[in-house]
Amino acid sequence: MMRYPGFMKTSAWLGFIFLYAPIVSLIVYSFNASKLVTVWGGFSFKWYAELLQNDQIIDAAMVSLKVAVSSATLAVVLGTLAGFCLSRFGRFRGRLALSGMITAPLVMPEVITGLSLLLLFVALEGMFGWPSGRGTTTVIIAHTTFCMAYVAVIVQSRLASLDESLEEAAMDLGAHPSTLFFLVTLPLIAPALISGWLLSFTLSLDDLVIASFVSGPGNSTLPMVIFSKVRLGVTPEINALATLMILVVAIGVLAAAWQMRRQTRRAPAA
Amino acid sequence: MQLSEYTQQPAPVQAPDDVQAPWRRADAEPFVRIENVSKHFGEFVAVDNVSLDIYQSELFCLLGGSGSGKSTLLRMLAGFETPTSGRILIDGVDISAIPAWKRPVNMMFQSYALFPHLSVADNVAFGLKRDGVPRAEVKKRVAEMLDLVQLGHLGRRKPHQLSGGQRQRAALARALIKRPKLLLLDEPLGALDKKLREETQFELINIQENLGVTFMVVTHDQEEAMTLSTRIGVMNQGEIVQVGEPHDLYEYPQNRFVAEFVGSVNLFEGQVTEDETDFVRIHSPEAGSSFFINHGISCAPGQKVWAAVRPEKIRISRDKPEQADNCLEGTIDEVAYMGSLSVFRVLLPGGRQIRVTKPNMARRFDERLNYRDRVWLSWSGDSCVVLTS
Amino acid sequence: MNSMSQSAPLAVGRRRPSWLRLPGRLIPGRSLVASVPTLWLGLFFLIPFAVVLKISLAETAIAVPPYTSLFEWDGAVAALSLNLGNYQFLFEDSLYLDAYLNSIKVAAISTLITLIIAFPMAYVIARATPGRRVVLLSLVILPFWTSFLLRVYAWMGFLKKNGVVNDVLLSLGLIDQPLTMLQTDFAVYIGIIYTYLPFMILPLYSALEKLDDSLLEAAEDLGCRPLQRFWLVVVPLSLPGIVAGSLLVFIPAVGEFVIPALLGSSDTLMIGRVLWDEFFLNRDWPMASAVATMMLLFLVVPIMLLRNGQGRKEEAA
Repeated sequence: MMRYPGFMKTSAWLGFIFLYAPIVSLIVYSFNASKLVTVWGGFSFKWYAELLQNDQIIDAAMVSLKVAVSSATLAVVLGTLAGFCLSRFGRFRGRLALSGMITAPLVMPEVITGLSLLLLFVALEGMFGWPSGRGTTTVIIAHTTFCMAYVAVIVQSRLASLDESLEEAAMDLGAHPSTLFFLVTLPLIAPALISGWLLSFTLSLDDLVIASFVSGPGNSTLPMVIFSKVRLGVTPEINALATLMILVVAIGVLAAAWQMRRQTRRAPAA
Repeated sequence: MQLSEYTQQPAPVQAPDDVQAPWRRADAEPFVRIENVSKHFGEFVAVDNVSLDIYQSELFCLLGGSGSGKSTLLRMLAGFETPTSGRILIDGVDISAIPAWKRPVNMMFQSYALFPHLSVADNVAFGLKRDGVPRAEVKKRVAEMLDLVQLGHLGRRKPHQLSGGQRQRAALARALIKRPKLLLLDEPLGALDKKLREETQFELINIQENLGVTFMVVTHDQEEAMTLSTRIGVMNQGEIVQVGEPHDLYEYPQNRFVAEFVGSVNLFEGQVTEDETDFVRIHSPEAGSSFFINHGISCAPGQKVWAAVRPEKIRISRDKPEQADNCLEGTIDEVAYMGSLSVFRVLLPGGRQIRVTKPNMARRFDERLNYRDRVWLSWSGDSCVVLTS
Repeated sequence: MNSMSQSAPLAVGRRRPSWLRLPGRLIPGRSLVASVPTLWLGLFFLIPFAVVLKISLAETAIAVPPYTSLFEWDGAVAALSLNLGNYQFLFEDSLYLDAYLNSIKVAAISTLITLIIAFPMAYVIARATPGRRVVLLSLVILPFWTSFLLRVYAWMGFLKKNGVVNDVLLSLGLIDQPLTMLQTDFAVYIGIIYTYLPFMILPLYSALEKLDDSLLEAAEDLGCRPLQRFWLVVVPLSLPGIVAGSLLVFIPAVGEFVIPALLGSSDTLMIGRVLWDEFFLNRDWPMASAVATMMLLFLVVPIMLLRNGQGRKEEAA
């Protein structure tokens, strides 16, 4: 272990405090009985109860979940295809176009993506009558488009680190390229697909800007409802909602960390 | 000559033996003194009360297996670890409290640790620049040093553009350019392949002799230690078990660990049956025979001892030899033909195996000993060493 | 050997640049596979920009959709009317240029501060024992997976007049009057730094983790004091991580809308917010399209070129 100056450690701790202090206060005040968010009025689950009765939030959460699951799944399918083509097909017609379009969404400001997709949907509707109005479908299409870029990048880097001799061995043993993909390549990149799906799911669930552009009336996603409430100020119900969401994420991350820690511990013994 | 600038002591030309080997003189002043140094990591004792004197211009090797504490000792000399107790003096100065960046000691790392973002020349110049040496002088000395290690034409390359051997020489140049009083080398040849290692060994010795810098090498490779060093310190479990010239370690090991670690050996456990001033006789039940050793030893009567015989000191023949002592009969169990020599494993009637090597002096095949041949093994009375621990 | 050469067209194709030499039956299959994602992205990513460009050349109209058509069919004569008025207005009204420059300034300063905060954190994580490292990394990743909107919202409760920060400062006697922090530029900086901190820490960490201890020791051995060692060895060797992390913070920060909208004041001019307001408040679709086109030209294109250059440099190294 190399030593490092003590101030490094101190500033690192301050950094972690900076990262967690707002989250902790958010959670603490979600249990505050008082409506005045900063005055402590005793411990209570009141806001959680109100949250569960708030139909607007519940409906929006359902819309968001539906959108997130569908677009994550679609993004994994399309993103895997794109990543696979880019890293295993060598040169093919349209390679440059594909590789350019797959990295561009990563640097595109959300406002531009949102606006341009909305204008496209309006134009398509004007010309072909599809999509008729905007709603869940248009949001799913929009989310799939920017999420598949992330999936493609993850899949591509996983394929790049993969030992190609595994695929060559399968071909040597007589696997046709199409069987090869399903029997060898796909199982090998499964971890990348899972993390790509989870990332897409989170990105979709989290998106406010693009959804605001492309969703229609009555199809507000959860971030849109939160944003409209939060704009008016701090409300304890949102604190309760945030606490629940952080709890879910924390359980997921802790489970992953526990798994990782077990693996790092087991590794030296093996 | 360019070299003279780095030379701290004129290179000896046919010097008398005791000048080349100051450790044999009683009045010689050691250059590096390690006094009762210990290093504990929590409960674990990495280095246990080690004392060692190293003389100027020596090429001293610390030899030991992994976890023997040799690297920890080296790192304490470099200043990366602080001794738990004891002190280290270089040229009369206690360096224990001096931080690594101020010590007159430089190190060549096992991984070479060449900075990947700097060119070879900048790597070599790195240490001089930290000392605020004027730019013109830095340039001149870097050029000289690169010539010395035959990298003069590669100064502008990045480390990853060099071969393994070139990297090794760049690391050596970088460590030598500050004219350290003591140069530490951690497994200097470990990353090279066999052929290159043999060439580099002699190159390293040449550079060391030309510059007169005191070298301390850590290695786990006994062959490397034997060819490189003036003296070797064998380490085991944090302690130095024997210090001596390569010849001493091989021919006169002081204990079973050294005998087995340096080269290979046949050890027979036994008891002293006759103990005279000019000879001893040892009975070994596992060999089913008695051994005659033509020099006296000091041990308690009836004490358990080990007789050690090196494989190349054993004669192997089909006919029974004339001598009465140190003579065993057995069957060849395995033969390994290695070109210059053959290695035999001979099985004694009691089940004990003995390793014997024999140079292949004849080219013809028919004279050769074969698997399952009955053979006689014998050696002279002065070929055997008695070990008491 | 024989079976290898017969059943390895995929491998051969990878090495041999010309796909024309492949057995004919495979070409349509591969093009078909590649065409699915290409068509999707073409339809939903590329064509939209053409639509944006087209509408930016139209005029606002009180209609559904609220813009004029470029093509007029006037019985017998087709007329194409291009309106460059939106672009002209972009350059005449200083609002847009100011917002553009301010976005770059805010993003650049926040990136620098994020780097300064992230570096010691990444360093300490990279040097921790393996067990602790997993814990610390999870602590960094946890906010990264948590809703971005809610994390920005947390700062609203934290920074407002009677919020936690003011309470603490008042009770410590450091201030007599609560500070106005919410709806200031300060809050926008805090929000950006906070939101994108994990994006900086993770690439820095992976660069620092690769840093070999013996390089640090070698620097020390050759006469470096700890601070020199930091500047001469640690920083140059973690440069790829510094660049990657800075891009990951800078790019989304420039076009940021939510943070200035929630934490900033109405004077906090950022280009993403201007576009949003143009669209949602003024309902001026052509103007919003013109802003988007200019952003694309002066923001996204330079960033993509920069990224490509960086990628090529890394490949060369």
